[in-house]
Amino acid sequence: MIKTDTLIIGAGPVGLFCVHQLGIIGLTCEVVDNLDKIGGQCIELYPDKPIYDIPAVPECTGEELTNNLLEQIKTFKTNFHLNERVEEIKQDEKKWLIKTNKGTQFEASSIIIAAGVGSFEPRKFSTKEIEKYEGKQILYSVKDKKIFKNKTVTIFGGGDSALDWAIELSNTSKVILVHRRDDFRGMQASIDKVNQLKEEGKIEIYTKYQLDSVEGDDKIESINIKHDDESIKEIKTDYVLGFFGLIMKLGPIAEWGLNLDKKTIPVNTENFETNKKGIFAIGDICSYPGKLKLILSGFHEGALAARGCFKYAKPDEKYRFEFTTSSKTVKSRLGIKE
Amino acid sequence: MPKITYLENNGNSKIIEVPNGLTVMEGAVQNDIQGIDADCGGGMACATCHVYVNEEWFDKLPKKEDGEEDMLDMAFEPKKNSRLSCQLIVSDELDGLIVSIPSKQG
Repeated sequence: MIKTDTLIIGAGPVGLFCVHQLGIIGLTCEVVDNLDKIGGQCIELYPDKPIYDIPAVPECTGEELTNNLLEQIKTFKTNFHLNERVEEIKQDEKKWLIKTNKGTQFEASSIIIAAGVGSFEPRKFSTKEIEKYEGKQILYSVKDKKIFKNKTVTIFGGGDSALDWAIELSNTSKVILVHRRDDFRGMQASIDKVNQLKEEGKIEIYTKYQLDSVEGDDKIESINIKHDDESIKEIKTDYVLGFFGLIMKLGPIAEWGLNLDKKTIPVNTENFETNKKGIFAIGDICSYPGKLKLILSGFHEGALAARGCFKYAKPDEKYRFEFTTSSKTVKSRLGIKE
Repeated sequence: MPKITYLENNGNSKIIEVPNGLTVMEGAVQNDIQGIDADCGGGMACATCHVYVNEEWFDKLPKKEDGEEDMLDMAFEPKKNSRLSCQLIVSDELDGLIVSIPSKQG
């Protein structure tokens, strides 16, 4: 059981800045995120795209923004629990007990949900009958590439994940690459390599095809792929890998008894608390009249939510507002020596 | 004001007046059209505002910009007439446009 003042769900820019705001008022926090890296949508969806509306930062990319925020909170030595999704929360007198899908448990006096549009999960095939094969022969990520040795692997997708795995697995497996159009969107070097492997007969490529159906009982025997012109081709395969990027799902948050408005959580604008005492929501996931889904709004929301957490963490103390420019206490929390 | 017809995935058809300059996605979200998620808010970064454009309209629309086809790779059941509705800016030329919403966005 990890004890902390506040648990933050979501390591996007808003969650990261909230770590800072909690830190300067003397509260501790831990951060959980379902992605394997810090930065949320900024890192997953647009790491290289410039952002132009961060106050006092005329231009930066999603990756630069994330790195700068990490630099700003470095002094707090925050623990990040990546690849973990918060599944359950439970109130125990004045504390919240939190459990992740990996079994990590937290005890916190407050929770700040900074989860964007929910947790990132792999996009799946749309074919209905495949569900029972998912996690066995149909996979959306590679955990142990040894299972593919000397097997036939059919890879769907046109981005870097699909291309990289096609190249990698072609060393030890029979690889068939299927994509819905002729153009691949991965790095040019990978596209060239895949085409070269095709010339050498090491990879088969089918474009303008998508998965149509799966044949087999307990095990997949073969799959049928369908061309844009409706013609069907049968492929005997042992494994099917799908790389269609990630999608955001609200997930377990919907089960926690919080008021929901579509996929957002209504909050008050005084401290961004939800209908549950001690649970706050900030950033894209919260809603209130006039809400703008901007990073800068999330920073403001995080600053106020952090103050909202104070009374739960230190019920016997009075919160006192201080500036970073003048307060000795705040400066010492920031690790600044004078 | 241009009228856009949204064919929802539950079989309902809704005709919405969408002001020029808004996107077909915004027209849907602001009018509670079912099945357009628009998770990224119009940044062409998520492919959850995916629609099928009625065939007679498909060639009349402005061509896809770089990146839209890449995002459509990730959409749920993309077809030849797939577009991201956040990239379709409403104008008088689009008056009468009909779009169908896929069964899911992902």
